[in-house]
Amino acid sequence: MNAVIAKAFAYDFVIADSGALGIPIASVDVRLRASGALWIAAERTLVVADLHLEKGSFYAVRGQMLPPYDTRETLRRLAQEIDALCPTTVVLLGDTFHDATSEARLAADDVEALRALARGRTLIWIVGNHDAEGPQALPGEIANELSLCGLTLRHEPRLGLQPGEVSGHLHPAARVRASRGSVRRRCFVTDSDRLILPAFGAYAGGLNVRDKAFAGLFARPPLAGALGSERVYAVGWPSLVGD
Amino acid sequence: MADSAVPEADLLPPRFADWFAGRGWSPRQHQLAMIACAKAGRDALLIAPTGGGKTLAGFLPSLIELADRAPSNAARGLHTLYISPLKALAVDVERNLNAPILEMGLGITAESRTGDTGMARRQRQRVKPPEILLTTPEQLALLCAWEGARLFFESLECVILDEIHTLHASKRGDLLALDLARIDQFAPNLRRVGLSATIEDPEVIKAWMANHVRGGNASIDLVRGPAGADPIVEVLLSQGRVPWSGHTAQHAMQEVYDVIRKSRIALVFVNTRFQAEFAFQELWRLNEDSLPIALHHGSLAPEQRRKVEAAMARGELRAVVCTSTLDLGIDWGDVDLVIQLASPKGASRMVQRIGRANHRLDEPSRALFVPANRFEMLECQAARDAIAENKLDGEPPRLGALDVLAQHIMGCACSEPFDLLKLYEEVRSAGPYRDLIWEDFEQVVDFVSTGGYALKTYDRFRRIVKGPDGLWRVRNPETAQRHRLNVGAIVSPAVLSVRIAMPGGRGGRKIGEIEEGMIEMLEPGETFVFAGQVWRLVAVTNLDVLVQAAPSADPKMPSWGGSKFALSTYLAKRVRQLMYDQANWNILPRDVRDWLEAQRDRSLIPMEDELLLETFARGRRQFMVCYPFEGRLAHTTLAMLLTRRLERMGRGPLGFVCNDYALAIWAIEPLDAIDFDELFAQDMLGDDLDAWLAESFMMKRAFKGAAIIAGLIERRFPGQKQKTGRQITFSTDLIYDTLRRHEPGHLLLRCAREDAATGLIDVARLGQMLMRIKGRIRHSPLEHLSPFSVPILLEIGKERSPGHAGETLILREAENELIAEALQ
Repeated sequence: MNAVIAKAFAYDFVIADSGALGIPIASVDVRLRASGALWIAAERTLVVADLHLEKGSFYAVRGQMLPPYDTRETLRRLAQEIDALCPTTVVLLGDTFHDATSEARLAADDVEALRALARGRTLIWIVGNHDAEGPQALPGEIANELSLCGLTLRHEPRLGLQPGEVSGHLHPAARVRASRGSVRRRCFVTDSDRLILPAFGAYAGGLNVRDKAFAGLFARPPLAGALGSERVYAVGWPSLVGD
Repeated sequence: MADSAVPEADLLPPRFADWFAGRGWSPRQHQLAMIACAKAGRDALLIAPTGGGKTLAGFLPSLIELADRAPSNAARGLHTLYISPLKALAVDVERNLNAPILEMGLGITAESRTGDTGMARRQRQRVKPPEILLTTPEQLALLCAWEGARLFFESLECVILDEIHTLHASKRGDLLALDLARIDQFAPNLRRVGLSATIEDPEVIKAWMANHVRGGNASIDLVRGPAGADPIVEVLLSQGRVPWSGHTAQHAMQEVYDVIRKSRIALVFVNTRFQAEFAFQELWRLNEDSLPIALHHGSLAPEQRRKVEAAMARGELRAVVCTSTLDLGIDWGDVDLVIQLASPKGASRMVQRIGRANHRLDEPSRALFVPANRFEMLECQAARDAIAENKLDGEPPRLGALDVLAQHIMGCACSEPFDLLKLYEEVRSAGPYRDLIWEDFEQVVDFVSTGGYALKTYDRFRRIVKGPDGLWRVRNPETAQRHRLNVGAIVSPAVLSVRIAMPGGRGGRKIGEIEEGMIEMLEPGETFVFAGQVWRLVAVTNLDVLVQAAPSADPKMPSWGGSKFALSTYLAKRVRQLMYDQANWNILPRDVRDWLEAQRDRSLIPMEDELLLETFARGRRQFMVCYPFEGRLAHTTLAMLLTRRLERMGRGPLGFVCNDYALAIWAIEPLDAIDFDELFAQDMLGDDLDAWLAESFMMKRAFKGAAIIAGLIERRFPGQKQKTGRQITFSTDLIYDTLRRHEPGHLLLRCAREDAATGLIDVARLGQMLMRIKGRIRHSPLEHLSPFSVPILLEIGKERSPGHAGETLILREAENELIAEALQ
């Protein structure tokens, strides 16, 4: 059993100077960035999933006063990535808003920050289960899914093997164990056929990749790209444990 | 003491005097003094050792008043409220109190109410309260947050606070003090009565329990019980050699067993649950006579603990191995010996534990200290001397925490509308909050209402709102209901249920609960001891730890910290004194004496106020070891800060390890030719500390605690349901990171910093230590390691505490493993 797994683990990956993990997904070379964003250089496209904007105010409506800074924190990090990479296209991979009325709760300066991000490039809103309608007044195109150089970008991963699919929705997180203890981090998860992105939103939680929601999605034990503070760490299945 | 004009004989009504006489007792002086205080309408603090009839002294005035009431068919309302720090103690006191009530035929209703009390009884108690209600601080906070609290407490005459010394210096104490201030508003004639074990400074407790708007400390009469016989404390000078390090006292277990065999009933106290498990295993391994020896600690299922307590009360047990769960109150007359395995850490806690033996005042309590290693031998001797001189280590007074205040203010709003200025006065009548400034109060109110953020986007979602009448009230009943579900100032670490693994990966019978951090140390397939048996870890699923019995396996003992308690400052000082004064050494066993002499000859023994610092090479590492004796927490903080400084000096420190007595740092290049006074300069507690703390897991942990207590994060929701198949919860770490970036001055971050500085890293203590050793560092450069350094060096590699290891190192190691596999 161990021998089989070790063999199956022969993933080709590189760690770039930027700290990103470079790996082919269905033969397309992509970069998994330490921010949790995906960079498809061939198309100069930046993909981020599950921003869950206005999650803080969603709870505040119900009387739980989480700090009202999640939207600006998420947008600040997105702007950082855009400044670093100058993409021509930015894809928001669904659940960009936490709920159907999030857009109406946005603060004026956050609206302006969002508009600024869309300026001079194409902004594509893939819809998700939390934001099935897409934005009402904000710039950008709305789509259910998107095909890009052989990859299919959609919010929710389809069941079974889906070569070339890039999705979000599950908020993957890895608990990585080593001899000194363990650490839990958001992560990319991929078998080199399909890729699931971590949630990008400041308040978005994580679901352990050992959870059964991930079962059956991969052809072989997948690789986790755990987000460190400066770079992504490639972690094999045996080093991942449940919570 | 109250100057009572009432002659003694008139203090006790005939019915009570007869009852005392009928049992061959006569009322004690302090019991009569308490009655006199009550008659004069004075608040009172009774300080008496265990076994002095303290609880009865607290209740006697109420029983007398209630017995004098004219018969009535109408509901009489609550007369006396009794608050205990432990649920079990409240239940125990209910039983002990109902005995005299029945025997004298007083017809008084006395009932307990705890988190374990059935729903029906709790509901009935709200409508028709007993005359005496016995409860916990958490239940009181809940009662205060109910609508109708005013009506419920209006008839209250007396509140009794038991084991007050365990409560005052904590967040629970803050909450309780605020609730006392509250019920004072409802029942203006309320008398406050405090019951405490012997303490160093009664004024500290008076200041906590007094109403500072009416009278302060001067309003409380101090009543002292009889001193009781001095305890007989011995330190076990083991036949076996005292080990260099470790916390299990395995070497002395046969002697401990022999002592148990010669005693009637022994309580064997240890400092951690794992030590409890270990000692229990060892004693049963030696238990040729099959003595009934039981186990009691906080991780065991409550039913199991109740069973042990009941067997103990029936006198069926010969020994119970226990942790601080049995430190308090519950009266088991026949215990004749208290054994402390491993170091006591503080003289006051030890006096409390020793008091558990022999609840009769005229006979001395007997205790045996069993040191687990050589430094503990010094510590046990120092503790014994301190107890003999009746020198106790006191807890310093604390300022009330603002997260607790936030919870309380929300509770007030849930109960009835309040006026801001009046509430401020009320809060300032509570001891811990007597110096609360208006600005802080206002900030907390703003937090309760909108979260208190600089960015004012939540004004339309206020939790409490100011009405046209100028009064503040809770927004709606749902908000109040959710608050009530989350009342309390105890934040426990995440716990997992330990269950027997069933076919199909399901969890069967629950054996107990274990803290998350502990199970992280184990891999599936490894064995460990829990609830007195050896188990194999099968798997960890969501909130369950699945295990299989593995009776014959050799269990792995995780080797983390010896104690969750730090060595008290006072005891640490005595240990240093004992160590320096060679005249004291003759009370120590031969091997420990040899060890001290070797240290003297090969390195040096520091004077009481000096810090010994040794540097030497061992293997390929260069060590710097110092011995502050300030406890693991303060040492860990110190080591973190020292390594930061050494890093900046280009010394490339590679790692460090700490225990209660010492800390060791190592590097590749020698760590001498350093200006040590500069290295240990006090300014490390400024920017260095702030920078390190902001990123540390301890800040995140403290923030989580403050967020839960203040009500930012809810522990429980009404009708809570779990998402099927997946649990996405937002983590407080994410909130911490976001808040720190966007509003670093927020109230909750301030609370977290204060908590981390006191509870988790002991900054105050570190500051005192750095001041003490200024200019007094004795550097001893050595060729080889010293005898003192052996225990701390033995700890290297054993420590696997989560959070301390660099997270990046963990990730890097996992990645290297993957790369190594790929290259195979």
